[in-house]
Amino acid sequence: MMLRGLWKLTWIELKVFMREPLGAFGTIGVPVLIFVALGHFTNLRIGPSSPVAGGLPPGNVPILVALLIAISAVLSLVTIISIYREGGILKRLRATPLRPQTILSAHVIVKLLLTAATLALMFLAGKRYFPPGAHVPWVSFTIALLISTWSILSVGFVIASIVPTARFAQPVGAVILYPMIAICGLFVPLSNLPPVLRAVAQVLPLTYAVRLLEGIWAGDGWLAHLGDVAALTVLFLVFTAISAKVFRWE
Amino acid sequence: MHKVIEVSGVRKAYGKTVAVEEASFEVRQGEIFGLIGPNGAGKTTTMECIEGIRKPDRGTIAVLGLDPFRQVYKLQERIGVQLQQAQLQKRIKVWEAVDLWATLYGKKAVDAERLLDQLGLTDKRGAWFMNLSGGQKQRLFIALALINDPEVVFLDELTTGLDPQARHTIWDLVRSIRERGKTVFLTTHLMEEAERLCDRVAIMEHGRIIDIDTPDGLIRRHCPERTVVLVQDKESGGDHFEKIPQVESVTRDGLRFTIRGRGDDLVTEVIHCLSENQIRVTDFRTIFPNLEDVFLKLTGRSIRE
Repeated sequence: MMLRGLWKLTWIELKVFMREPLGAFGTIGVPVLIFVALGHFTNLRIGPSSPVAGGLPPGNVPILVALLIAISAVLSLVTIISIYREGGILKRLRATPLRPQTILSAHVIVKLLLTAATLALMFLAGKRYFPPGAHVPWVSFTIALLISTWSILSVGFVIASIVPTARFAQPVGAVILYPMIAICGLFVPLSNLPPVLRAVAQVLPLTYAVRLLEGIWAGDGWLAHLGDVAALTVLFLVFTAISAKVFRWE
Repeated sequence: MHKVIEVSGVRKAYGKTVAVEEASFEVRQGEIFGLIGPNGAGKTTTMECIEGIRKPDRGTIAVLGLDPFRQVYKLQERIGVQLQQAQLQKRIKVWEAVDLWATLYGKKAVDAERLLDQLGLTDKRGAWFMNLSGGQKQRLFIALALINDPEVVFLDELTTGLDPQARHTIWDLVRSIRERGKTVFLTTHLMEEAERLCDRVAIMEHGRIIDIDTPDGLIRRHCPERTVVLVQDKESGGDHFEKIPQVESVTRDGLRFTIRGRGDDLVTEVIHCLSENQIRVTDFRTIFPNLEDVFLKLTGRSIRE
């Protein structure tokens, strides 16, 4: 019965999201466009084993774009949750036999589906940047990104709890999330960060997401990254526990 | 009569603000019970405690024999809820909302298409929520509250913000809910709505229930004043009306008399007086106090303030 409710709610949330004039484009289109633009202007050959050539290491472009996909999914979640809270939609859904975790799970599933779709589009659009014959581990990479997004979404619920109104959801979420990219080890190795930032980085899912994504992109097996997956899971549980405490339904 | 809701000594505060100071009352099976009072009186908080959405700080509540807070999921299967100022997803279609709600309950839902038809929403079934009028939105919320064939229906400020015509449609719908044998618990700050719709009302102010009775009973007890306004067809002289024992004052403006007094007998006595003295009248009106007057009397202020 509850599973039927979850499935139905997920399906409706997906349809409702796709009906938003900018919803689908903003979440799916923008990261793909960024990827194509980066690929075009840096004139990259972004195969897993391509040589490093000035500026952003080319192998990092897919990782960066993958992170952008995850973060735009989280931002979208923060915005939707705050709009739903402000409009009393969360409260209305809660006044049914739906369990609170079912209501929020539906949104997580929708975001994961969109993440997978965006990544698929990115692979399609980026095909010409991959050197012929290069092995792109797209299945593993997709799974790695889904695990990462799932973990980062739990931070999204904490942010959604502290955002005062729906109007501030997008900017507040962006101000919290985007700086995380700077300290997650993608541009600067963690060991080069000041101790405070390093400590912060160590409790952010993004840090482990980057390690996992980089490794999988470079052709590592899953066994080599069990630690990162475990860290992402633990952080998911921690942030979910925090949001269970601080989450506001109205 | 069988009691469906029992509320006893409920208190609820948000930080330092006490929303409900003390609420005790019962709702009987098959009646439309109204919790009335101005905005901020504590009506919604009281209702949400009964629905299991909020936990009261003190006091006990039983709905259909269940503890609304501890047995909330069990209770939600058997009640229907419409919340004040709640919305749905902007772009959810009417039929999707009804279809979703129908799958959420353990027992078999009522026929959704028939329900939409009864609520006059059939031609709006494919419309997005955001494009519905205020009255259509409220009718959809009534549909969602009825989808699980509930035993008790909760309606919070159902017609606030609606135009008079939409309001009358909704009132008819609420009466039809009672005719199906269901109990209706509603809140309103519209005294006319309470008077027209409710079998019994509880008046709430500053978090306290100050009286409970039928609308008629409240008016009778608190506002026994009656007024008769009549226009005689010609000068009759004399002061017949002053002699009626129930009369307290008579004011005269040409042929128009305004007769004030107390008690239900006043009107009969005035008619007797007219016929005994063979006075012909061209106009005869009685003015009864209403719940607004009761509220004014009980609280010393108008509900609209």
